[in-house]
Amino acid sequence: MLILTCPYCGVDAEETELAPGGEAHLKRFGPGASDEEFRDYLFARENPKGVHFERWRHAHGCGKWFHAARCTMTLEVFGTYPAQTTKPPKAIREAITAKRPGWTWREFE
Amino acid sequence: MSTRIANQGRLIDRSKPVRFTFNGKSLQGYAGDTLASALLANDQMLVGRSFKYHRPRGIVASGAEEPNALVGLGQGETFEPNQRATTTELFDGLTAQSQNHWPSLEFDIGAVNSAFARFLPGGFYYKTFIHPRAFWKHVYEPFIRQSAGLGKAPKDRDADTYEHFYVFADLVVIGGGVAGLQAAKAAGETGARVLLIEQTAHWGGRAPVDGGEIDGMAPEDWIAQTLDALRAMPNVTLRARCMGSGVYDHGYVLGYERLTDHAPETAGPRHRLWRIRAGQVITATGAIERPLSFAGNDVPGVMLASAMRDYAVNYGVAPGRRVIVVTNNDDAYRTAIALKRAGIDVLRVLDARTSGGGALMEEAKAQGIRIDCGRAIAKVTGGKRVAKVAICAQEGQGAALEEVACDAVAMSGGWSPVVHLWSHCGGKLIWDDAWAMFRPDPARAPTGADGRPFVTAAGAANGELTLGATLADADAAGKAAAKSAGFKPRRIRTPQGSVTDEAPLVPVWLMPRAAKVELRAKAWLDYQNDVKVSDVQLAAREGYESVEHTKRYTTLGMATDQGKLSNINGLATLSEALGEAIPQVGTTTFRPPYTPISFGAIAGEARGAVFQPLRRTPIHDWHEAHGATWEPVGQWRRPYTYPQNGETPHDAVMREVRNTRQAVGMLDASTLGKILVRGPDAGRFLDLLYTNMMSTLKPGKCRYGLMCSENGFLMDDGVVARIDEETFLCHTTTGGAEHIHAHMEEWLQTEWWDWQVYTANVTEQYAQIAVVGPKARAVLEKLGGMDVSKETLPFMAWADGTLGGIGVRLYRISFSGELSYEIAVRAGQGRALWDRLTQAGAEFGMMPYGTEALHIMRAEKGFIMIGDETDGTVIPQDLGLGWAISKKKEDYLGKRAQQRSHMTDPTRWKLVGLETLDGGVLPDGAYAVAEGTNANGQRNVQGRVTSTYQSPTLGRGIAMGLVLHGPDRMGEVLEFPGTDGKISKARIVDPVFYDKDGEKQNV
Repeated sequence: MLILTCPYCGVDAEETELAPGGEAHLKRFGPGASDEEFRDYLFARENPKGVHFERWRHAHGCGKWFHAARCTMTLEVFGTYPAQTTKPPKAIREAITAKRPGWTWREFE
Repeated sequence: MSTRIANQGRLIDRSKPVRFTFNGKSLQGYAGDTLASALLANDQMLVGRSFKYHRPRGIVASGAEEPNALVGLGQGETFEPNQRATTTELFDGLTAQSQNHWPSLEFDIGAVNSAFARFLPGGFYYKTFIHPRAFWKHVYEPFIRQSAGLGKAPKDRDADTYEHFYVFADLVVIGGGVAGLQAAKAAGETGARVLLIEQTAHWGGRAPVDGGEIDGMAPEDWIAQTLDALRAMPNVTLRARCMGSGVYDHGYVLGYERLTDHAPETAGPRHRLWRIRAGQVITATGAIERPLSFAGNDVPGVMLASAMRDYAVNYGVAPGRRVIVVTNNDDAYRTAIALKRAGIDVLRVLDARTSGGGALMEEAKAQGIRIDCGRAIAKVTGGKRVAKVAICAQEGQGAALEEVACDAVAMSGGWSPVVHLWSHCGGKLIWDDAWAMFRPDPARAPTGADGRPFVTAAGAANGELTLGATLADADAAGKAAAKSAGFKPRRIRTPQGSVTDEAPLVPVWLMPRAAKVELRAKAWLDYQNDVKVSDVQLAAREGYESVEHTKRYTTLGMATDQGKLSNINGLATLSEALGEAIPQVGTTTFRPPYTPISFGAIAGEARGAVFQPLRRTPIHDWHEAHGATWEPVGQWRRPYTYPQNGETPHDAVMREVRNTRQAVGMLDASTLGKILVRGPDAGRFLDLLYTNMMSTLKPGKCRYGLMCSENGFLMDDGVVARIDEETFLCHTTTGGAEHIHAHMEEWLQTEWWDWQVYTANVTEQYAQIAVVGPKARAVLEKLGGMDVSKETLPFMAWADGTLGGIGVRLYRISFSGELSYEIAVRAGQGRALWDRLTQAGAEFGMMPYGTEALHIMRAEKGFIMIGDETDGTVIPQDLGLGWAISKKKEDYLGKRAQQRSHMTDPTRWKLVGLETLDGGVLPDGAYAVAEGTNANGQRNVQGRVTSTYQSPTLGRGIAMGLVLHGPDRMGEVLEFPGTDGKISKARIVDPVFYDKDGEKQNV
C-alpha cells in the first residue's frame, strides 16, 4: 500500500486511489518499426531490484497520469512528476543520485 | 488427570460459572476461562485428530501459536471452523466441535493411516500416488479427499456483521505486554498520537505469570499503574482483543479486532478490520516457546512448559498431577516452580545440559524438585494421553535408562521472538547464537517512502528475553520511534526490571542427539500438518537444499498456524541434515496475516446490496414495474426480457423479436457509453484511436467504428457522430464506457499531450431510447415536432429537434437491421420521453424489448458483439471487418501489431455463420472437431461457436463462429460435440442471415 504524491493535485494518494500503468518513458513504435523494435516496445520491460520509473494514474482523484521514481527494494520514493515528458526531470535524477550514487536505468543515469 | 486446582487462576472468576458444550457434552468452566483452559479443567485432554495420520492430539500451547486445538464454533449461520481453543474466550452457551475425525473423536478410522505411515513420507503427494495410473480415480483421490482439509466450511450465510475502521496514527504499538505498554508510554509522553493494540483480552502479556519485579513492584501492579497512566493520556488509544495482522508498505498496518466473539449477545459488528496508516510501527509481539523434538512429543499431555505454567497460574488448571519437565534452558524451571507451588507433583526436571541451569535451577532444587542433568526423553508413550516417559542420556541414541509413569510433560526448547510483523514488509533477521534464535536486525529494518526505517522491534520480539532487558529495550524503542515520527522524546525514567542470573541455553534440535530412526519417525516438528524430523531429513537426502522448497515438499509450516511452533525446529533439522549453519539455511518468508482473520472482517460492509453500486437508467423503475427479468451488464442492470401473462422468458424473447421485426419495438439503450471528444485536434486523435477514418466524417453524420489495443486486438466498437467541426460523440459498448474513456485519456495525457483535445464521459447525462421496426417512423411522426423522413434524416444521419415537446437528438442508426431511430434526451427527461413513446406507440403495437431480443436481432444480421465474437485475441480482420479499416491512414493504434506474422497468418480462424442441419441450437462455445489428435491425445479442433440463438425470424437455430479458412468453405458441414456427448452438425453459411442487402434499415 504505497503512498504517492500526485504532482497535479498535490494529494498524498493511497495506492487504492491510484491505478498502476507499468514502466515509464516508453517510446512508441508504430508502422514502419522493425519486428524487434515493436516487440520490445510492447513487451520488453525492466524488472530492476532498485531504482525504477513507473507510470501511475490518480484514477480515483484528479484523473491525471504521472510518473513515480522509486526503489523497488526499499520502497523509497525519490519523487513524482507529470507524465508529459520523455525523460526523468533533472531534479528527480539528482534526488536519486543523492540517495543512490551511480544509479542507472535504461538509457538514463 | 487434568483438573482445576485451588488458590490459583488470576484470570478466572470462580463466582461466575459458565456452561458450554464440546461435541454435544455439557461442561462447566468459569468466566475468564479460555475454551482450552475450560476443556483441560474438565479433563478433556484429547481435542482433535491430526491431519495426515489422524493421531490423537491435545492442547500444546496457551495462545495464538496453538497447532492442535482447532474446533468448529457455533452452529448454523454463526458456525465457524478452525478456531483455536486457546484464543477463544469462554461464554455461556458456547458450542464447540472437534475436527478432522470420523466417526468420532475417541474412535477414528483414519488413525489407521498411522499404521501406513511409511507410505506417507515427506513429499508423499508427489510420489506415493502416481502409479499405477488407474488407482488415482478409485483409490488415491477418494483417500486424499477423505483425509484432506481441516474443519468444514460453513453451509449457511453468515448472520454477523463486520466493519472497517480507517485510522491515522503517528505511532502504532503492536502487542500489549510489558514491552508494548512501556513503548507506548515512552512514545505517548512526547505527545505523539499512539495506538496500542493487543491480541488478547489482557494487558501485560507473560510478565504476571513469569514473575520478577518492576521498579520494586509485582509485574501486575506495574501493569495496572502503567495502564492508568496510558488511559490518562488523550493522545493514546488502547485496544485489547485487536491483533496486529500485517505490516505493509509505507506504514500501512492491518488490525483485526474481535468485538463480540467473547460476548455474542452484544449488539454491533462481530469483527472490525482496522486499516491504519502509521508514521512509525513498534512490534512488541513477544516470543514463542519452541517444542523439543523427541519421540511421542505429540501425545496429548505433552505441552509447552510456558503453556502449562499459564494454565496453572492464569486459570487454576493442572494439565496433569504428575509432571515431568524437559528443557534445554532455564525458563522451564519457572514452570517446575509454579507447578510445585500449585501443589502439583513435579517428578523430574530433565535438563539436556550436562551442567544444568543457574539461579532458577537452584530455586527449584531448594523446593525439593529432582533435577537430572544431561538427560533427555527417549520416548513418551500413551494413547490418548501421556502414560509414561522413557528417560535416556541426551548424548546417545535413546537407550532407556529408566521409565517413569506420569500424566503430563512440560517441554521447553528455548524461545523464538515473534518476528512476523517485523518481517512482513522486508525487515531482515540475524541469528543469535547465545539464545539459538533469529532476532530482528536493526540495521536492516523495513523502510518507508523516505527511505528511513519505520518499524522498530521492542522487548522479547527484539530478542531481549529477560524482564530487565525487555523494559529497557522497549523504553528506548518508544522514544526512538517517537523521535523518528517527529516528536521530541522526554527524559522520563526507564523502569527497572529484575534480572535473574540465567545459565546459557544449549541448542537441542533432536532429543536424544543421535536418536534412532524409529524415534525420529515419531518426533513431530509440525503438529498440524504431521511433519516429523524424519520427513525433513528425507527431504534433505532427496536433494532439497532450499528451506522454501523443503517447506513446500514436506508441507512443514504450511498449516493454519503457519509454523509458529515448527519453523525454527524444522529449519534447524534441515540445516543439520545438510551440514550447514542455520543462518545459511535461513527462514521461510513471513506473510500476513499473523493468525487467520475472518473473511467477514476482510469484506467489512461490502456484501449484499452494497457489495458494489447498482447503476440505474432513468427508465429503470418502469422496467421493474413491468416485470422485466434482469441481465447484469457491468454495474448496470438491463432488462433481459419483459414476460407477459405467464410467458416463459424464452417465449417472451421470441415475441419481442417478432413484434419488432413486424411492427415496432422500443429499447432502453441509455447504458450505451457516450464520450464527447472535442478540440481542434479531435479528428486527428480519433483517426489514431479508431481503425476507420473519422476526420472525414461530415457534421450531421454517423459512422460505425472499431477500436483496437496497441496489441492489435479488437477492444470496442460503436457509432461515432460528428456534432460539429471540433466535436465528436463516440458511442461505446455498455461495459466499455469507463475503460474506453480511460484509454482515450491515457493516450492524450501520455503520448499526444500537446494535442488540443479534451474528453468527457457523458454516459449518464443522457437517456437513449431506440425505436425499432417498420412502424418506427409512424410512431415518431405521431409524437411530432421534427421531420423524420428518409429524405431529411437518411440512414446514418442525426439531427437535433423536438419530439412530443421534448428536446432530443435523433440518430438514424440500427443494430437490428430494421428502420431504427435512437433518441438521446437529457437524462432528467428520459422517463417522460419513454412514457410519451409508449402512449404514441400503442396504436402501432409497440412493445419494449430486452437485451436478448437485441442480441438475436443483431446475430440475424451478422453484427458482431464485443465479448461474444471477441475475447481479447480476435482482430477485426478475423471478423470480416476489413471494410472498417482505413487503408489510407499511416497509423492507428493496433496497425503495426496487425502486421505481425501471427496476425496475417492465413490459418487464423475467421467469422462465418453456422446453420444447424436439424434446425436446433448449437451449444454456446462448442468446438468444431477436426481429424486426428494433438500432442495431448485430444481431438484436433478447427473452429468454435461465438454466438448461438434460436431465431424466431428464421424459425431455426442460428450461430456465428470462428472457423479455420471459414469464408472459403461455404456449404461444408462441421461437427460440434457437446458436453452431453451429443454431436451437432452445422453448415458453414454467410453470417448475414437476414436482409442481406440492408433494404429494411434504409427505408
